[in-house]
Amino acid sequence: MDNANIILVLPIIIPLLCALSCLFFWHRTGVQLYINIIGSFALLASSILLLQNVYNEGVISTQLGNWAAPFGISIVSDILSAIMVLLTAITATAVSIYSISAVDNKRKSYGYYPVYNILIMGVCGAFLTGDIFNLFVWFEVMLISSFVLLTLGGQRPQMEGAIKYVTLNLISSTLFLTAIGLLYGITGTLNMADLAVKLREVENTGLVTAISLLFLISFGIKSAVFPLFFWLPPSYHTPPVAVSSFFAGLLTKVGVYAMIRIFTLIFLADTVFTHNLLLVIAGLTMVTGVLGAAAQNEFRRILSFHIVSQIGYMVMGLALFTPLALAGAVFYIIHHIIVKTNLFLVSGVTHRLTGTFELKKLGGVYSAYPLIALLFLIPALSLAGIPPLSGFWAKLTLIKSGLEKDSYIIVATALVVGLLTLFSMTKIWSEVFWKKRPETEGIASGRENSDRRSLIPLLIPIIMLGTITLIIGFYPEPVFSLATKASEQLLNPDIYINSVLGEKN
Amino acid sequence: MSLALVFLIGILYAAGTYMMLRRSMVKLIIGLILLGHAANLLIFTASGLTKGNIPIIDPEIGELVEPFADPVPQALVLTAIVIGFGIQAFVIVLFKRTYTKTGTDDLDELRSTDSLD
Repeated sequence: MDNANIILVLPIIIPLLCALSCLFFWHRTGVQLYINIIGSFALLASSILLLQNVYNEGVISTQLGNWAAPFGISIVSDILSAIMVLLTAITATAVSIYSISAVDNKRKSYGYYPVYNILIMGVCGAFLTGDIFNLFVWFEVMLISSFVLLTLGGQRPQMEGAIKYVTLNLISSTLFLTAIGLLYGITGTLNMADLAVKLREVENTGLVTAISLLFLISFGIKSAVFPLFFWLPPSYHTPPVAVSSFFAGLLTKVGVYAMIRIFTLIFLADTVFTHNLLLVIAGLTMVTGVLGAAAQNEFRRILSFHIVSQIGYMVMGLALFTPLALAGAVFYIIHHIIVKTNLFLVSGVTHRLTGTFELKKLGGVYSAYPLIALLFLIPALSLAGIPPLSGFWAKLTLIKSGLEKDSYIIVATALVVGLLTLFSMTKIWSEVFWKKRPETEGIASGRENSDRRSLIPLLIPIIMLGTITLIIGFYPEPVFSLATKASEQLLNPDIYINSVLGEKN
Repeated sequence: MSLALVFLIGILYAAGTYMMLRRSMVKLIIGLILLGHAANLLIFTASGLTKGNIPIIDPEIGELVEPFADPVPQALVLTAIVIGFGIQAFVIVLFKRTYTKTGTDDLDELRSTDSLD
């Protein structure tokens, strides 16, 4: 085994090892905490190494068990996969630190850490696999651990949210499995690179397009696009903040990643139809998400609806299908994961300080804790796309690519939705931070006097992610060139195919 | 044989979808299970049913003898059944817990996380 192989599987093995070693210390959550933090930093290091390798050497791949390409399971990483793994590692590190004081001891003693690590493993596996059935398996790994994290604690809202989340995600898995079965029926292969080659020769393009739509619906449910997003807003605000911020940052983006992967690599037979459909979906997703958010009055529910609306921007980049648009989509994913996780983390801190998520009962955080107000403002303005923060560059790229392709309607939609996002963020700002604390009786002053030291682990990840947002905002050039390189690779599927199947194909 | 399976799969998908549209939690679970079975059978049928030999090379002949059964869909179905079984077990426990927590099995009453306030 040479080095490249080890680097490729490390992001899957590290969380697995962490989960296993956490199980050995089941009754000692203090030890699990250290294992978790060490593990997430190891994951961060390995993912940086992976990105560096992919950046220097192009797409790298390995065959598990040394079975030659179309027969065994391939693990492949192009720049997009490596970026996604790096983002997973950043989020995992931030949430690991945050969990120290944000997750209660009862949840920790019922296996929070092992399940959390399995979830990270599932996410990394989904980003790195080059086999479509293996992708299904990673999705299931991810789903079952997210089910557990969502319901751990067993409060009534969690249960109700989980039923919606579980049911719709299981339907999505069934559709995914159906589509895989049909695809195997016409091509006789499961390896994504091999599928791409074989599908070029299939003459029955109608059937292929139908299968691609099955995949679209399945990944659409997972990434919460219009009209399949109904499970997300009622479930994401129910678990503890640490869990929901990890979900908000990453899980829907796995669906977006899968969509980008299959619609740039495998299903290119009828791009006029599929990508126009994607464009319509993108526009509607943006609008419904942001309008849903405008109607909400609870911190995390507003943010949940914004996830939906932001997914629209990423799908827009995929739908426009030009090098600049795909680079914009990749840039947007990078910006979004960091910012969205951060916003959820901030909502957790205000909850810790005031004891509520309800906008009506909140208030006065700015005068009491100006630092937290500042830490909210960075991701919030970035989400709305105010220059010079990261969201501005992401939106600028997407809108520029839309103008180049003369898709004025989607550009107008994106701009208006950006404005409405700003409206939502100012609503949170004025309700939570700016206005005076309402003097309602019966609302305890929360845990205002709670131990200041327990706030430190909550603030470290927020500052860390906020700094990343600022860095991307002021020096977008390296990130942008990385995104451009990723989109070049996506638009030349032959690079990916040759790396997996060998040059002779 | 193929045709019979095709009809069976169609019926399973239809029945599964119908069951999921009901308001009862138990019927929702049954619907999910039926959909899972339908998908498994579909993989099996779509990849071609063959009455053939096992796909193992006989050392005396040195190559595969036609007709042989494709082992991949069987491996896929096996994996999918195992995953499906685990998830169904989890779902049943989840629904049981929800029932004890909320005291209702009517899905229309589980709306508190959807409402605006």
